[in-house]
Amino acid sequence: MAAVFPVKEIISGPKLVPLSSDKKLTGATIAFLAKLLSGFTVRWVNCAPDTCQRVYFANHTSHLDAVVLWSALPRELRALTRPVAAKDYWGKTAWRRYLASSFNAMLIDRHEIKVHQSPVDTMLREIGDVYSLIVFPEGGRNSDGDMGEFKSGLYYLAKKRPDLELVPVYMDNLNRVLPRGEVLPVPLLSCITIGNPIYLETGEPKAEFLKRARESVRKLKDG
Amino acid sequence: MGHMFWLLAQAVEKTAPEKSASSGLQVDLPKVSADVTEAVQAWLNLPTNILLGVVLATLAIATAVSQWLQRRPPDNINPALIRRFDLRVRAWWLMCAILVFGLLLHRIGTVVLFGFVSFWALREFITMTPTRRGDHRALFWALVIFTPLQYVLIGLGRTSGYWRDGSPVDFYAIYSIMIPVYASLFVPARIAIAGDPKKFLERSAQIQLGLLICVYALSHAPALLDLRLFRSDGTRWTGSNAGLLFFFVLICQLSEVFFWLSGQMIGRTVIAKDISTSRTWEGLLGGVLATGLVGMWLWWVTPFEIWEAACLSMVVAVMGFLGSMTMSAIKRDRGVTDYGSLVLGHAGVLDRIDTLCFAAPVFYHLTRFFFSR
Repeated sequence: MAAVFPVKEIISGPKLVPLSSDKKLTGATIAFLAKLLSGFTVRWVNCAPDTCQRVYFANHTSHLDAVVLWSALPRELRALTRPVAAKDYWGKTAWRRYLASSFNAMLIDRHEIKVHQSPVDTMLREIGDVYSLIVFPEGGRNSDGDMGEFKSGLYYLAKKRPDLELVPVYMDNLNRVLPRGEVLPVPLLSCITIGNPIYLETGEPKAEFLKRARESVRKLKDG
Repeated sequence: MGHMFWLLAQAVEKTAPEKSASSGLQVDLPKVSADVTEAVQAWLNLPTNILLGVVLATLAIATAVSQWLQRRPPDNINPALIRRFDLRVRAWWLMCAILVFGLLLHRIGTVVLFGFVSFWALREFITMTPTRRGDHRALFWALVIFTPLQYVLIGLGRTSGYWRDGSPVDFYAIYSIMIPVYASLFVPARIAIAGDPKKFLERSAQIQLGLLICVYALSHAPALLDLRLFRSDGTRWTGSNAGLLFFFVLICQLSEVFFWLSGQMIGRTVIAKDISTSRTWEGLLGGVLATGLVGMWLWWVTPFEIWEAACLSMVVAVMGFLGSMTMSAIKRDRGVTDYGSLVLGHAGVLDRIDTLCFAAPVFYHLTRFFFSR
């Protein structure tokens, strides 16, 4: 034991906190239901499941996106991956907070963004050197199938932590399973494509990087 | 194994009359209820078990042949063909296993099983067709309400309950019209209420056709289990309805093989080259005749005479052919090769059941009209 303690102190940031068993069970149930409802198949294209720290960034068309993408990961990765979700939705009631914590969600306040607690800093602090992230850089959900412009958060994440692998993900057909403004999902089939990681090039301008990132997601739609 | 089922059937036979006696509180139970217990007695009878055994043995031989071909491929056979044969045999094993599993769970198990198949097929069908945002609620009704409801009604069938005057309730009167009447009128209305007029006719027709083919048509296969069958000479048929269902599914699957084989051997005139390049008039004729011959040879599982079995098998083959032709047309329109390729890595259920879907209602209604009272 004595040998273990100093090691722990050396590692900065949060450690891997195992969930309580009831949350684990709820999480497994959520993943199962997500699979059942959205009938997804996962394609890993030029990218393999890995426990290294990653930022999965995907197009956003449905409330289900975060949960479904989290459920699509292998079980070992689910424990290490935190979807970023809106605090104003998932933090509203105790039940929603409980659900959010069982799928490892990181609740970010979209409205009260201040200089000393920008969402990017919060995210980086929370993931430490253990967790991966799931983000939706479009900001809001898109009602038609077209992807919106990416917000700059992804750029700052990449700039502050250049070691993170930025993995593009395209989620197809989920907007038909649960479109904007609907409560009841229609259990169609969907497809999740996980692509080749990208990195921020040295000196790459923000706009160009965001455009490239968006293009990397869009490319998965056709391929 | 087959012997075990036979014993099981015998055991059920012995316990069944006691059951009907204890539940016979109502004064004069109509004669029908006695016939229903009779149908339960012969769930899987000897001929059915023999047929199951023959099919399993054939599949085992097919697997052995396919393994042997893969080990040492002969020079004169295309390796791609061997690979396809292997995949096909595996698919048959899977289908057979699922069907036998359903049959072992008796009537309700079989109905539930077909319900899941329908649900999955409709899911594939709707995933493939373009719908709009305004269809969401109508789609919810189709997939989550009408599909299960149809199979609940089939499951209730004719064995559940009596009207106040003691006559038995037959849910046939509802499940035979629920989708053609209620669902197909409701779906366009629901889309209209959602308020998006763009491509309205196409969108309603898609959902209606999906429900009709994947749910309504297929549900006639488990509905076979509820028929009270008579031979054409008027005597009550004491065989197993489950066996008749198995006969029907088998004939459908065999007809696909015969169409393919005769198309390869004698096919000349392509019927519609933009729909399917492999389906020919000669293949159709050869396949129908071959299916008729096999159906004739299997008459002993059914309530039919030898020539009747041959005729019905040929009708099933023709309907199956029309079914796969229609589904090919839909696939061509949507630009997919098969439903399995919609979503990578999952086998297309709709590809496997297109023949069943078209043949089931026709087989059911011909059998009902000529052989049930």
